[in-house]
Formats: sequence, C-alpha cells, structure tokens
Amino acid sequence: MLRITSLAARYGAAEVLHAVSLHVGPGEIVTIIGANGAGKSTLLNAVAGVVKPASGTVLLDSSRMEGADPAQVVSRGCVLVPEGRQIFPDLSVRDNLLLGGYLRWRREGKRAAAAEMDGVCELFPVLEERREQRAGTLSGGEQQMLALGRALMARPRLLMLDEPSIGLAPLVVREIFDVIRRLRERGTTVLLVEQNARAALAVADRGYVMETGRIMLEGAAAELAANHDVRRAYLGKEYRQIDE
Amino acid sequence: MIWNEDFETMKTTEREQVQLERLQATVNRALRNVAFYRESFARAGVTGDEVRSRAHLVRLPFTTKEDLRTSYPYGMFAVPLRDIVRIHSTSGTTGTPVIVGYTRNDLKTWAECVARLLAAGGMTEHDVMQVAFTYGLFSGGFGLHAGAERVGASVIPASAGGLEKQVRTIRDFKTTALACTPSYASAIAGAMTEAGLSREQHSLRVGFFGAEPWSEGLRARLESSLGITALDNYGLTEVLGPGISFECERREGLHVNEDHFVAEVVDPATGEVRADGIDGELVLTTITKEGFPVIRYRTGDLCSLTREPCPCGRTFARMSRIQGRIDDLIIMGAVKVFPSQIEQVILDVEGATPDYQIVVDRAGGTDSLEIRVEMAGPAPAITQRISRKLGALLDTPVTVTPVPPLALARPEGGKVRRVVDKRPV
Repeated sequence: MLRITSLAARYGAAEVLHAVSLHVGPGEIVTIIGANGAGKSTLLNAVAGVVKPASGTVLLDSSRMEGADPAQVVSRGCVLVPEGRQIFPDLSVRDNLLLGGYLRWRREGKRAAAAEMDGVCELFPVLEERREQRAGTLSGGEQQMLALGRALMARPRLLMLDEPSIGLAPLVVREIFDVIRRLRERGTTVLLVEQNARAALAVADRGYVMETGRIMLEGAAAELAANHDVRRAYLGKEYRQIDE
Repeated sequence: MIWNEDFETMKTTEREQVQLERLQATVNRALRNVAFYRESFARAGVTGDEVRSRAHLVRLPFTTKEDLRTSYPYGMFAVPLRDIVRIHSTSGTTGTPVIVGYTRNDLKTWAECVARLLAAGGMTEHDVMQVAFTYGLFSGGFGLHAGAERVGASVIPASAGGLEKQVRTIRDFKTTALACTPSYASAIAGAMTEAGLSREQHSLRVGFFGAEPWSEGLRARLESSLGITALDNYGLTEVLGPGISFECERREGLHVNEDHFVAEVVDPATGEVRADGIDGELVLTTITKEGFPVIRYRTGDLCSLTREPCPCGRTFARMSRIQGRIDDLIIMGAVKVFPSQIEQVILDVEGATPDYQIVVDRAGGTDSLEIRVEMAGPAPAITQRISRKLGALLDTPVTVTPVPPLALARPEGGKVRRVVDKRPV
C-alpha cells in the first residue's frame, strides 16, 4: 500500500534521512523503532507532506505522494496522528472529531460524518461520555484517544501514529495499544513510530530499526525482538525479561 | 510444492522493494560494524547512502575470498561473538580457511532456505531423509539437517563415510530422500549394486545433490541407477551454506532465494556486470544475514542468470547449473577445458563410472593430461573410447588410467578432488 524508496530529507544543511526505504502492505501494522533523533518523526512528516523530501519517492498504492501538500495527502486517505496529540483544546470533543471528518463531510454529507462519529465513539467509549466537554480538559490518555478518533473520522486507508504512548501512564499505554490491536481487526493499515519498542513489536507484524537517519534492520516483529542489538539498545537492560 | 508462497511467488516489483530495503540495511550494518567494509568502501570512494536502487549495487566494491581469508578468524563478523551461536568454516584445502558465524536468526533463515529446496523436491513430513554430508565444520551436513527438520521429515544424520553402513541404512530405515555430494551418491549407488540392493528393494525416490559441480550425464546415471529424481542445489559456506539456490521440478535452472540474496553475474576479468543469459562469475550479496554479511562476494563459480518466469510459479531469478569454478579451468596452451566438460565425455561412454580425477603434468616443456577413472576391473574398450573422445574434444593426446574403486581420495564431504595440477608454478 505504501512504498517509500530511498527517501532523503534535510533540515538546512543537516541531513536527517539518508536513503530510507520501507513499505507497508495492506492490513499490516508496521512499526519503526529507534532512539530519539533517529529520524522517525521526520520520516512520517515527509510522508504526510509536512516536510519536503530532498529526494526519493513515496508511493501510496500507485500514486506518487512526495512533494504533495498535507491536505492532498489526507484526501488520498493517509492520515497522521502527530506526536503530542495536537488537538484543539478550546473546541469540544465533538467538534474536534467533526474537524477530523471535514473532508468526508464535504464529500459525503453530514449524515456520513455523523455515522462515522458514532463508530469512533464505539471504539472509544470515553469520547462518547465527554462529547460536549472542552478537549483541553481531558486527561493525557483521553486526549490521545481523541487524536486517534479524530484521525479515524477521515476513515484513513493508512494511519500513521507518531509516538502515541509518549508521556502516558503504563495503564493508559496498554489501552492505546489495545486500540491499535482493534484497528487491525477492522483492517486499518498502520505505520507506527514508537520509542516503546517492546509494546510496538508486540503489536506489529513487521518492523524497521532506525539509527541516525538510516534503516539498520528490518524484519518480522518477532525476529527483531529476538535480535540482540535491538534487545540491548531498545528493549532495556533486562532484555531477557521479554522471554518470559 | 512451494514452501513459502508469500516470498517465493512474490510479485517482482514487490520483491525489488524488499531487496532494496534489506540491501540498504545490510550495507548500513556492515559499514557500522565491519572495519573491512568501511575500508573497502573508502578505497572505492563510495558511501553506503549511494545505494538508492537495486541497480546501484554495481557501484559497491567486490569482496574476494582473499579478503575473507585476510580477516581470519573473526574479522568479518558483524556482531559480537556472544551473539554468534554457530561457527562453520570452509575446508581451507587451498589456503587459510574462512570462518563463518551465524546468529540465532541466521540459523532460522538458513533452515527456511533449505526447507524451500527440499519442498521443491516434494519432500514432506512423510519422508525419511538420510543426510550423507559430513557433519562438522563443513556446512553441508548441518544445513541440510536443519532444513529437513523444518519440513518435518524424519532426519537420519548419517554423515559421510562407511558406504556399507549407508546402504544398510537406506535399506533398513526405508530412506526416501538422500542428501549428499553427487560423487558420493554415485559411490553409494555402486555400493548398492554390489550389495545386490535393487531399485525395487529400497524406498529412495528423491536425491538432493550439491556442493560440487556435476553434469547432466551424472544426473541421468544417478536417476537410473537409484531410481530417483535427482535435483541440484547450490550454496557455499562463505555466503550461507546450502540453500542459496535450488531446482524445482522443471529443472530449468536453480531458483535463487532472492529475498535473502542478490545475485549478479560479472565478467571474471573486468568485473563488469553481464547481461542475463551470458555466462560469467556469480557474485552474491547477502541481504538478511546478521552474523556474517557479504557484499558482492566473488564466488568463483561460473553460470548465467535468467529472469524469465518459470512455470512452477516461483518468481525468483534462476541461475544455470554451475559449469565449473574459475580456478578449475584447465589451461594447457591453447586448450581450455572445465572438469565438467570432461565428465560429460566420460559419462557418455557406456560402462564408465563418474568417479574420475584429472591429472595435469608437464614433461619436457609439454603439458600432459591424464584421466584416472575408477573401474571394478580392466576394461580396455572403455578406457580407449574415453581416450579417443577426449582426444577429439581437446585436440591433444589424453591418457586414461583405470584405478580400483575408491582409490581416488575423497577428503571432505565425500568430494573427489577433481583436478590435480602437478605442473610447476
């Protein structure tokens, strides 16, 4: 579904991505793990049209996406949930969701958007409870749910998640990953960037390990979890625990 | 039967993407972890980031057997030794051996690659597989063993040596599949005849032969004497071991496991990439190996590649059967001949055995060629016919000497040393 070939990007003179290639098949959950500054978020931003790549190609199905602006990318069914949620704090939960479904509203009308909202609230019952509440008053976990829900309102074919678990309590993290699992059951294709490598590899089909703007490893999630380099670098010192 | 539909029948465009991703990651890892690659890339004036498509592979420098030898023992390992769970080695008959390390994931990959070649020969969990490759530092025994276990066959680690025991095992254990070198298979076939074990009295139905070049003539011999289908497979320890490429039931070339290796054929003299269909030296790049990645390794083996689709459904490129090793090319003045060509002539003669050795010598400034062939008794008609046919092929006199069965040394894995060059260097 998504095919990235030798994508390079720079911020000024600093090269942040060097010839990065990866793909995501339909219905797959693919994760990119790596330390801070490895270029993971830049990669998602380059696909989303927020960062302009210096070279390389991005194919979504068969259409070229590199250089497209963010609105075009969204209209082709590729939606990014950015790091730090970026919800609209002064709007209600409902209005946040409706904004996520703006394109569908325009194309398919109010009824389609409302139906989608019901579907999203089914996935996140807490949003239903807080539908009229100001988004800024939600807890961190609830805000993350809202950001996810807002993205789903566009009914994306490819959902890109940038550090969805960052800054959240362990229990909430588990909830977020449960949602990702449920998304897979619905057939949504997910590209997941995470520092929480353990949780990401547990939910993903395949993964890529990034280091200083390059892919160092790729493979089935189980294989990566078994790789000693990955264990030492990303799964914590007591990496033997994951055998249990 | 196709073992892994997802990868073996993957659309070519999809596989190109997978190959590129894995190639880039391999180059990045090799440059980070192996000093040799940092130096060889620097000498060639290239960086890893230049590999932006599969075609850019040609920009990268070659790795030679000499490079691997210089790094003896662990210099080419890309992971710390604590991550290595297995070590194999080349024989070292022609110099310092090459020591190869495998991680746990590498062993899984290896078993997968071998499982594919066995499944292509129709092997299933109902088969009894006799592995008559040497178990030891040589990668043949353990490689076939792991793949056969992956398929679920009942595996007999018979190892090489003890022909009588091999025959007894085939008979008593009801072996259905045999894996060994073709020359050892031919020795086993001889021992079976001697023991009076006819085709109807054993269960063998398929043979997986490799680790040395062998001719179609030998294939026909083995198939008729053992009553089996004989399939070729290719591998070398420096790159993986058995499992790099294999024949399917069509037997029109060996499918390269392209999701794990990238194959090129180059001009042995200039290193320039040759077009599909043209013979040259096989160059292999590993794209999934963790412990011992090799980038553009000059195998010294001669073959050609084709990307024509195969009716079996596999979308892998195919290499022709190995015609010989570049080092094996016998050059006597204007005469250039591969041992496999000589083998074909020998086997065309009825009654001749495929157990032969080529001895090149020089006396009084003239090169001479002697062929030693194992024969049960004196058979002047056969030796004469071989001598006449070879003389005609090579346009030079050839002496054919009969020797008793098993007189020719089989040092490793049952391989007969095919060429003995006694000429002063």
